[in-house]
Amino acid sequence: MTESKDKVTWEGQVYSDAEGQRRVLRRRRPLLETEHLYVEFDGREVLRDINLPIRRGETVAIIGESGCGKTVLLKTLIGLNKPTYGNIWLDGVDLTSMSSRQLSEARTRFGFVFQQAALFDSMTIWENVAFPIVQNRPKTRKDEINETVHRLLLEVGLTQDVEQRYPAELSGGMRKRVGFARALAINPELMLYDEPTTGLDPIMSDVINEMIINARDQHKVTGVIVTHDMKSAKKVADRIVMLYPLRRLGEDEPQVLFDGPPDEIDDTDDKRVWQFINGYAGERLMEMTKN
Amino acid sequence: MPQSQWTPRKRSWRHRLTDLSIKIGEAVTRRVRFFGDLTFFAASTVFWLFARRPSKGTLVPIFYNVGVLSLPVVILTGMFVGMVLAVQSFPQFKLVGLESRIGGAINLSLVKELGPVLAATMLAGRVGSSIAAELGTMRVTEQIDALTSMGPNPIHYLVVPRFLACLILIPGLTIMADAMGVFGGAFLSIDVLGVDWGYYWDYSRRMVGPFEIFAGMFKSIFFGGAIAMISCHQGFHCEAGAEGVGKAATHSFVISFVMILILDLVLGIFLDRFQTAFFGGPTGGMLG
Ligand SMILES: Nc1ncnc2c1ncn2[C@@H]1O[C@H](COP(=O)(O)OP(=O)(O)OP(=O)(O)O)[C@@H](O)[C@H]1O
Ligand SMILES: [Mg+2]
Repeated sequence: MTESKDKVTWEGQVYSDAEGQRRVLRRRRPLLETEHLYVEFDGREVLRDINLPIRRGETVAIIGESGCGKTVLLKTLIGLNKPTYGNIWLDGVDLTSMSSRQLSEARTRFGFVFQQAALFDSMTIWENVAFPIVQNRPKTRKDEINETVHRLLLEVGLTQDVEQRYPAELSGGMRKRVGFARALAINPELMLYDEPTTGLDPIMSDVINEMIINARDQHKVTGVIVTHDMKSAKKVADRIVMLYPLRRLGEDEPQVLFDGPPDEIDDTDDKRVWQFINGYAGERLMEMTKN
Repeated sequence: MPQSQWTPRKRSWRHRLTDLSIKIGEAVTRRVRFFGDLTFFAASTVFWLFARRPSKGTLVPIFYNVGVLSLPVVILTGMFVGMVLAVQSFPQFKLVGLESRIGGAINLSLVKELGPVLAATMLAGRVGSSIAAELGTMRVTEQIDALTSMGPNPIHYLVVPRFLACLILIPGLTIMADAMGVFGGAFLSIDVLGVDWGYYWDYSRRMVGPFEIFAGMFKSIFFGGAIAMISCHQGFHCEAGAEGVGKAATHSFVISFVMILILDLVLGIFLDRFQTAFFGGPTGGMLG
C-alpha cells in the first residue's frame, strides 16, 4: 500500500524517487488504473490482483468466458461494486476512497453502455436520453436538450419518431443504440461498454462497432469494451486483455492471461487463450458430461 | 428388500442437537443481518430525505399511485369490515340486552384497530408489493446501476419519494377506512338490525374521543414508514430473474404484514400507557 501513496504525489510526469532524486516518467499517467484489485462476493473471489492501466485515447477490449468477472470489473471501475482490496486511480485520485458526492461527480466523466441496455421502463426514449443531461446540468434549456437528443439519436441511426415511444416497444438492437446515445449524452471522457454486440445480428454488430470507433475518433473518448466477440474485439480495440475464471486457476496463477495488441493474440502459446479465440470446447465437454 | 450391510447407524442425539443448534445459529445470524441491513437502509433514507429535496417530477406519479389509486380498495374493505363487525357482534350484545350500545364497540374497534391495520394491510398488498416488484425489476435489469452511473443517488431518487408518499398519505387512507367502516357499521346496525339511531351514535361518541382517533393515525404513520422501507429494501436486494422479482414482492408483503402486527401491539401498549398517564384512562366505558 505504500507504493500507492507515492502515486498520489505524482505531479504531472515528474516525481521524486526514494533518494529524493527527481525523475521524469516515461509514460503519461493513465486515465484510469486499477492496482492490486480484488473483488469478492460473500467470500467468493471473482477478481484477483488485477493491475490494468487504461491510457487516454486508447480502446481496450476485455475478453473472457462467461462468468469470469468481466461485468464485475467494469462495474467496479465506476464504483458500482466496492472492491475488497486495492485501488482504482482516476487521474491520480483514488476512486475507492471518494465520498458518494465526489463519486457521483466523477461518474459524469464516464458513459456506461449496459449489457441489456438498462433503459428506464417508465420513461420515453426522449426522457431516457435526456436523463443524464437533466440530472447533471439542470440549468440546460429545454430546446437545447431537445437538440442534443435529436443529434444523439441521429448519430446512432434512430429517427425522431421513436422519441415518444417506450423502451418495451423497441427491438433489442434499437434499445442498445438508445443506451449508447444516453451514455454519450454528457460527453464522457471514458466509455464503458458491456457486451455491446452480444445478441445482435452480424450487421447490427458491425454497426455498433462502427459507432464505437466513431465515438473514439470523433468524440475523442477512451473506451473499455467487454465482449465475447473476437471479431469485434480485433476490429475496435488497440489492446486486448483476457481474463480467466478464478475457479479454473491455481492459487498463484495470474488472472490476466493476455494483455497486448490484437495482432499478437493469435501468436500466443498459451493453450487457454488459443482455446478461447478459436472457440474450442475441448475438455470442457468431458467435464460437463461427467457431472 | 435385503438390508444393505453398511447402513450407517442412526445419528446420535448429540449429533442431531449439534446440527440443530448450527441451523438455529445460522437462522438467527441471517435475521440479525437482515435487520441490521434494513436499519442501515432506513437510516440512509432519512439522511437523503433531509440532504436534498426530492424533485416534483419524481413525487407526483408516486403520490398519485399511493394515494388516489389505493382509495377504492380501502373504501371497499373498510365498509365491509364495518358491516361484518355489526353482523358478528350484534347477537352477543342482544343476548345480554346491550344492543343499543353496539355502536360504541364497533366504532371503537374500527378507529383504534381495524381502520389503521386494514388501511396498512391494503397499502402493503397493493403498493408495497408493487414497489418491491418495480424496484426489483430495476435491480435485475441493471436500471438501478444505470441510474447510479449517471449521477443520482438511487436512495434519494427512488426510495425517498416512495417513503414520503407512504408516510404522508397513509393517515388519509386510514381516515377513509375509518369513515367507511363507521358508515357500513351504522348502516347495518341501524337500518338492517334495527338499533336505535340516537343510542347508536350516543354510545359511539362516548367511547370514541379525539385521543382514539389520534391513536389510530399515529400508529398508521409507523405502518406506512415500515411498509415503504421493507418493500424498497426487498426491491433493492432482489435476486436475479423473474423468480427473484416475484419473491421480492411476496416477501415484502409477508414481512410488512408481520411488522404491522408487531408495531400495532407495541404501539398499542405504549398509547394505552400514555393515555392512562396523561388522560386518566380510556375515553369512555362500555357501561357508563
Ligand atoms: N452482485 C453480485 N453478488 C454475488 N455474486 C455476483 C454479483 N455479481 C456478479 N457475481 C458473480 O461474479 C461472477 C462473475 O460475474 P460477471 O457478471 O462479471 O460475469 P461475466 O464475465 O460478465 O459473464 P457474462 O459474459 O456471462 O456476462 C459470477 O459467478 C457471478 O455469479
Ligand atoms: Mg457480463
